Amino acid sequence: MDLILREYLPILILLAVAVGLGLVLILAAAVLAVRNPDPEKVSAYECGFNAFDDARMKFDVRFYLVSILFIIFDLEVAFLFPWAVAFGDMSMAAFWSMMLFLGVLTVGFAYEWKKGALEWE
Amino acid sequence: MTSADFRILLPEILLSGYAMAALMAAVYTTRDKLAATLVWATAGLFVALALYIGAAGVGERTVFNGLFVDDPFARFAKVTILLSAAAVLVMSQDYMYRRDLLRFEYPILVTLAVVGMMVMVSSADLITLYMGLELQSLSLYVVASIRRDSAKSSEAGLKYFVLGALSSGLLLYGASLVYGYAGTTQFAGILTTVQAGVPLGLLFGLVFMLAGLAFKVSAAPFHMWTPDVYEGSPTPVTAFFATAPKVAAMALIARLVQDAFGGIPGQWGQVLAALAVASMFLGAVAAIGQRDIKRLMAYSSIAHMGYALIGLCVGTAYGVQATMIYMAIYVTMNVGTFAFILSMERDGRPVSDIAGLNQFARKEPLKALAMLVLLFSLAGVPPMVGFFGKFYVLKAAVDAGWVWLAVAGAVASVIGAFYYLRLVYFMYFGAEQDPVDSRMAPVQWGMLVAVAAIMLLGIVNLFGIEGPAALAAQALVR
Repeated sequence: MDLILREYLPILILLAVAVGLGLVLILAAAVLAVRNPDPEKVSAYECGFNAFDDARMKFDVRFYLVSILFIIFDLEVAFLFPWAVAFGDMSMAAFWSMMLFLGVLTVGFAYEWKKGALEWE
Repeated sequence: MTSADFRILLPEILLSGYAMAALMAAVYTTRDKLAATLVWATAGLFVALALYIGAAGVGERTVFNGLFVDDPFARFAKVTILLSAAAVLVMSQDYMYRRDLLRFEYPILVTLAVVGMMVMVSSADLITLYMGLELQSLSLYVVASIRRDSAKSSEAGLKYFVLGALSSGLLLYGASLVYGYAGTTQFAGILTTVQAGVPLGLLFGLVFMLAGLAFKVSAAPFHMWTPDVYEGSPTPVTAFFATAPKVAAMALIARLVQDAFGGIPGQWGQVLAALAVASMFLGAVAAIGQRDIKRLMAYSSIAHMGYALIGLCVGTAYGVQATMIYMAIYVTMNVGTFAFILSMERDGRPVSDIAGLNQFARKEPLKALAMLVLLFSLAGVPPMVGFFGKFYVLKAAVDAGWVWLAVAGAVASVIGAFYYLRLVYFMYFGAEQDPVDSRMAPVQWGMLVAVAAIMLLGIVNLFGIEGPAALAAQALVR
């Protein structure tokens, strides 16, 4: 039990450092920074126009499809990176597992292509 | 990984390969025109694999470094799943074709769901468990909203997805607690840990996992999604939801509590007993007010899950055997009942209003008679087979000393009998009214009559499923 916990100790330290650094940066902005506000400076878009309308607008459902497709290939890359790094000392089973995974993804990709998911109009 | 490992996994590999090949074949050729062929091919493959698993499987083997187990219990569940999925597929083809719902993705999604279920019942590790469960669930979410231009079907799919994601979250949280306290994801390792003493965190993990799985079998108080999803989905999809996934999830609960937590039946027995009692009474009472037969079947399935859970919570081999027999009988009854519900229509449009059954017996005496047998069986009236299912689980409870649970089950089944018998009353003595049409393809008619016949003839020896079920239970409970 202790052995497992000790293995996770670096994560705990990293967590503490991350929280600490974040707090320091936020507090520094509040404590140390020079503040000299004027109406132009604090208005929403200092560099251009006033906001036109609400940011919460409806947008095309096809963007959803694009994001789903993105996630699939994003995951693929997330799997491929460690696989590529460990490529040197890897068994044939590991090699073919990844080939199989890529094959399955290709089947899905061919399906969505033929189905017209990639055409905008 | 050896070739022997892959040979154990052959049915799952074959089905996954078939699903991908069928997807490519259909999308690059005539698309939806191929759907009817695919439905029959898929059903044929299911039956062939069920025969293969039933005939060729021997012994008990754990493969892939303890991730996947093949034993009589898994094989019993797999055969039940494959056969019921095949039955639902072939009887839904005509309905979906006439309502313009027969897309080629439908049989493929069902195939993938079935692969997920087969992985679920064979899991020997928390990772395998979750992977199978998600493969099944994700396929089912899509199937639920297959009629995507209907608000109700989309609502059903979305509701199922959101609540399913919630239940997966509960399950994962529980699984991570179990892993944290046991130090392993393998069921065998967890079993060794709990035999040495149960940390409180592990117990929390167990309860969370059971809550997540109770969502999947729609046991009260985790049943909220069931009536809406059953009502909103197209009827063939509802029929599928009510059969194979229930068997898979119930088998998964059995496997989890016995393989991973077998040393501490006192801990999960109470949880499952609470779920069982709540489901039986909620299913029996809430169904009384329903006007829609699909919602009624949803509550009916909640109640039936309660009875099946009785067999699991007593923790004996006889209890597991009773549950497996109960599930096999339950899916058979539901296949027959949904074959009838699929045929209910008025002016060519599907209806599911109970009032449409008034005086149905005068119009179609044979179908009404078959439904009468099925409804009696669902209610557990002797001498139909459904009675023996209930008898088995209640006897298991009494044998293990859970007398109060058996009494609760008996009381709930009397309450529940009311709404089944009310349907029979409507069919034979209902108000003078124009009953629904019942247009059946030969397959549906065959299913209805065959299942009704099984419910009557099965009383001789339950078609011999007691033996395999006993074998399955002994493999699981050690």
